[in-house]
Amino acid sequence: MSAGAAPTRLLADRRTLLKGAGAGLATLIAPGVTLYAFGADDAGARPAGEPASAKVRWGMLIDSSKCAPGCDRCVAACRDENGWQSTGHVESDPQWIRIVTVRDPKTGAQSAAPVMCQHCANPACVDVCPTGASFKRADGLVLVDRHICIGCRYCMMACPYKARSFVHEAIEDQKTNAPRGKGTVEGCTLCVDRIDAGRKPACVEACASEGGGAMTFGDLNDPSSDIAKALASLSTTQIRSDLGLDPGVRYRNL
Amino acid sequence: MRRAWLTPLALALALLGAAAGAAWAVDASGDTGRTPVPHPPKAQGDHCVADTTFMRRNHMKMLFHQRNETVHLGVRGEPYSLASCVACHAVRGADGVAVSYADPRHFCRSCHDYAAVSVDCFECHASRPGDPNKAAATDAGDKDLTALNDYLKGTKP
Repeated sequence: MSAGAAPTRLLADRRTLLKGAGAGLATLIAPGVTLYAFGADDAGARPAGEPASAKVRWGMLIDSSKCAPGCDRCVAACRDENGWQSTGHVESDPQWIRIVTVRDPKTGAQSAAPVMCQHCANPACVDVCPTGASFKRADGLVLVDRHICIGCRYCMMACPYKARSFVHEAIEDQKTNAPRGKGTVEGCTLCVDRIDAGRKPACVEACASEGGGAMTFGDLNDPSSDIAKALASLSTTQIRSDLGLDPGVRYRNL
Repeated sequence: MRRAWLTPLALALALLGAAAGAAWAVDASGDTGRTPVPHPPKAQGDHCVADTTFMRRNHMKMLFHQRNETVHLGVRGEPYSLASCVACHAVRGADGVAVSYADPRHFCRSCHDYAAVSVDCFECHASRPGDPNKAAATDAGDKDLTALNDYLKGTKP
């Protein structure tokens, strides 16, 4: 990394901390409230103890024309946030998020975009799961409850996006926010713990600050959200929309 | 003649009493009696989310309940979370770093090893406290920000 990049990041972090400090001071006024989270931003956190709401549907818009060739900031951010890394075996590598490059063989035109769990409205992985471990949360996130996952991998076979992967080997030193373990299936959670804290997924944050700003995240059901406005005015596509799964992740210029 | 056998009897009784007393005496580790009992390390917080007797009997039920609430419904920020348990009950080694479940000094192991009950939680979950504030960690070199962060984190209502 170049020496010039560090002060910028420090500045950004300082801003986050100072914003957090403001929130902290606000909580001091109310007695009995312990300072809990730092720097929660625009999305707004759900109050503690409140379940995810079915009125919300989280989604993402990815503008492939803003993905610079070779940029993988979103993948790196996901890796850091969730603590996964390559196993050294390409066939069994974790598939939380990856850059897929598509090329028109006739014209040679190329474009690349990150592909992760598409958080479908009608997820095939949920249909096939024999234990109920693969499930869709009220706010549209498709997750794996690894407490009841038996590692049968039906969901991996059912998913047309290859967005799930199996953990073959014992893992140590997991992140507190991203438990993962041998014998269970895993995939993108859209950083569910961040969403619950009112923050954006790590990939979206990294793309905005260090990448090309190609990713927009928000509530698809809220007409005033950035993503809903963009989807209403721009031409976007879902990957394999013919399957009728209605993915929550949409693409532009792919 | 009568006194002749009374003395050894008194002596025997006194010895027996002393032996029993030693057996029931509280030893240096706090054990009462001859049965060894586990000595879980003390947590960092002022008090637990429920009293000790209740926690000893029911912590597994609370964790089980909370895991469903959190994973399926997205209920977070409540006191009954595994991450809070791990953070408060962290045992630090000589180097000041919290020990993982692989270390016999880990809080959970102090009892579970004794009871021979295996814990599956830490096959997936972190057994050491994570970094709750990444911004502060990145800014660790900045004196003013560290002081501000310490102040905010140390502030209680």
